Amino acid sequence: MNEIRISGFGGQGVIRCGYIIGRIAALYDDKHATLTQSFGPEARGSACSAQILVDAEPIRYPYLTQPDTVVAMSQEAYDKFGSDLVEGGLLLIDEDLVKPTPSDRERRMYAIPSTRIAEELGNRIAGNIVMLGFFTAIAGIVSVDAARKALPSSVPERFIDLNLAAFEKGYEYGVELLAKEPAAPARPKKAARKAPVKKAAKKSDK
Amino acid sequence: MITADPKGVLTGSHYLDGDHAVAEGALAAGCRFFAGYPITPSTEVAERISARFPLVGGLFVQMEDELASMAAILGGAWGGAKSMSVTSGPGFSLMMENLGLGVMMEVPTVLVNVQRGGPSTGLPTLPAQADMMQARWGSHGDYEIIALSPSSPQECFDYTITCFNLSEKYRVPVLLMMDECVGHMTEKIVIPKAEEIEIEPRKWFKGSTEDYLPYKPDDDMVPWMVKVGDGFRFHTTGLTHDERGYPVMSAECQKDNVGRLVDKIRSRVDEIVILEEEEMEGADVVVVSYGISSRVAIPAVERARADGMKVGSLRLVTVWPFPENRIRELAGQVKAFVVPEINLGQICLEVERCAAGRAETILVPHAGGWVHDDEDIYQAIRGGAK
Amino acid sequence: MTADKKASTPDPKHPMEHLLRMDRMPHIWCPTCGLGTIVTAFASAIEKLEMSLDDVVVVSGIGCTGRVAGYVKTDSFHTTHGRAIPFATGLHLVNPKLKTIVISGDGDLFSIGGNHFIHAARRNVDITVICVNNFIYAMTGGQVAPTTPLKANASTMPYGNFERPFSIPYLADSCGAVYVARWSSLHVRRLTTAIAEAIAKPGFSVVEVISPCSTLYSRRNRLGTGLDLMKFYHDNCEIQHGADTRDLDIGFQEKIIVGKFVDRDRPTYVDSMNEWYGEVFGDKYESYEGSVK
Repeated sequence: MNEIRISGFGGQGVIRCGYIIGRIAALYDDKHATLTQSFGPEARGSACSAQILVDAEPIRYPYLTQPDTVVAMSQEAYDKFGSDLVEGGLLLIDEDLVKPTPSDRERRMYAIPSTRIAEELGNRIAGNIVMLGFFTAIAGIVSVDAARKALPSSVPERFIDLNLAAFEKGYEYGVELLAKEPAAPARPKKAARKAPVKKAAKKSDK
Repeated sequence: MITADPKGVLTGSHYLDGDHAVAEGALAAGCRFFAGYPITPSTEVAERISARFPLVGGLFVQMEDELASMAAILGGAWGGAKSMSVTSGPGFSLMMENLGLGVMMEVPTVLVNVQRGGPSTGLPTLPAQADMMQARWGSHGDYEIIALSPSSPQECFDYTITCFNLSEKYRVPVLLMMDECVGHMTEKIVIPKAEEIEIEPRKWFKGSTEDYLPYKPDDDMVPWMVKVGDGFRFHTTGLTHDERGYPVMSAECQKDNVGRLVDKIRSRVDEIVILEEEEMEGADVVVVSYGISSRVAIPAVERARADGMKVGSLRLVTVWPFPENRIRELAGQVKAFVVPEINLGQICLEVERCAAGRAETILVPHAGGWVHDDEDIYQAIRGGAK
Repeated sequence: MTADKKASTPDPKHPMEHLLRMDRMPHIWCPTCGLGTIVTAFASAIEKLEMSLDDVVVVSGIGCTGRVAGYVKTDSFHTTHGRAIPFATGLHLVNPKLKTIVISGDGDLFSIGGNHFIHAARRNVDITVICVNNFIYAMTGGQVAPTTPLKANASTMPYGNFERPFSIPYLADSCGAVYVARWSSLHVRRLTTAIAEAIAKPGFSVVEVISPCSTLYSRRNRLGTGLDLMKFYHDNCEIQHGADTRDLDIGFQEKIIVGKFVDRDRPTYVDSMNEWYGEVFGDKYESYEGSVK
């Protein structure tokens, strides 16, 4: 089982990015994928996130317990969600928007200027899809073939070309980054999944 | 049974949350009239219906409140359409008034409650299963109702259709008791081809206008139905009524009228209820669960079995009517029932009542706002197995 | 009377028999109540329109007027308190070709059902509302209503009413109703015409009928018999067609302005929807004429 958190600020399309990852896994990689997200006032403000569980087996407990993969596309999201990553877990960041703490520089961290790449393609809203390509290349949780099949029907029709280009840019960036490494990264190992120690329920005042 | 009208059926694989899956289930079931009022966490159902209906010949209307929404779907059903509304806690409370009218007038319609934490405004964006007793007893007076509880987006699709079918067969409003977790959880759902979806047609009266009595029961205790404008010139009322639909203020008529409303469901519980049972043979403990809790209980049950405990699982897909006979039967065979639910004790009271002291009933409560920690369910199973 | 004479007398038939559920007579209303006259006016209006009764559906709420649905020989629904309009909205939207008519009382429509009234008017749902206004909750014993005139006595205003009442035509006009008239149960012919016009008018139409309640309103306020109330209407109702709806308040035992106040054209809910979706979806959109074929 993979436990993934995609985070950033509202408007960056992080929920969409998470939705597409789940969709790729569930519909094109023949895996089970459960997506949850936070709703209400807390979902509209600064740090928002989507959580995706991906497994070959049916997923019972639907929420994230401890992520093995965290994508952070904003500083606040990084500060809020970066620390609960499992030991040896994978951290992906937008390097222009997130300044990692010195200790994190020692972790399995990969950085990409996803928003800048999207801007170079003509529209910063595709930053989430650049990150999706990057995630696909680095994390190895969804296959690139499945992602390419899923993408056209996962984004608005008028943005298909932009998003396909964004995906490929992000994907290439990731592949090149990995090629520079001496050895392929090992998948994180985790103890049996268990529901988290009871956390206070998320605040909501609606 | 007939098959679904292909016009509303979005055949294929989709990645949808439970709320959207409910909307697709309703479309596949032939629902073409929706009246509702936005309320978290059910709003996505209304949003999807409002987007999908214009091109399939349906009519979506956002009413001024839930009182109006519930009244409108009863009117829509009498107009001849399959109708539905969707709500959550506070709106569900407002709908109780006309839910009773739906029961009294015997209206086939579907009402979805995406449960959130309560009481009052409670936890709008977080799950609970704390309206389960309200589903059964929320409107005043004596009645029986049918309520189903799905645990995944796929089940939201499938059981929405089942709700419509049951409502037509028994002429009663049927409730789909979801929760925020299932409503907002996105997973793969597969929508079959229209010709593979079975639809219960309305119990249309086929005789002449002179012979029609709106509340004359058929052999199955369910009266035949007509719609407005077909020349039957029938009358129906929320007052206690006779077979003509005319008010009769007497204890005798009350007995006949309300007695039948209750008996048409109560006498056919075994035919109505859907249960999922696993490893009951020789079980010491049976976990009785529904909705999202049944899904969260699985790892705890598997762990207990791995530890050598004999644990059966009874999943209530249909929560109301309650499968009394089955629980009574099991009570003579097992040591304990373990009931995890996201409330502080509702369905466990029914289990306890039916167990009648012959087996222990252990509630695994959760006040709402999240789902159970499977450790809590595991510990309850261990306690029951001792 | 001799046996012979009796045999030669034809069976007495009510001229409205084909429009009424004779198997439910006698009705439950008090002697001198205005409802009998109003039901007759409604039935006459239907006759006048030469409509098939199969195309008419009557929906009532709860109260004395709520019982109208039980006596008219159309498809008829006696619903819950205040919810006649939303119930009727559902019926109408599923089958817009039917003439959907809500007949209910002032308390039902404007107190517990007030929110539904204003929104149905705003949407311009094509239904007709006939509000029988007797200034009081009569079925439950004479409590104050949202239409009770200032100073009038009610069982829950035992020292006289100090709450300002609604003016029904003003409210209906402000919310967008396309046809608004007020008559009393004395004005049988004009009332019949108004009901017929309201039914024929596409959109949300409202006819207020001032109606005597001799059992409760009159007795509590020492206004005499039903006949005395009719005399009062005769002497104090003033016809002012097209009057400004802001000037239609009804004071206790004061002048009552009656007439047709609003008659305008606005697209109905279904027309607006069809027009807009036609624009948005083009040929893909099939004009909605009901969801039941």
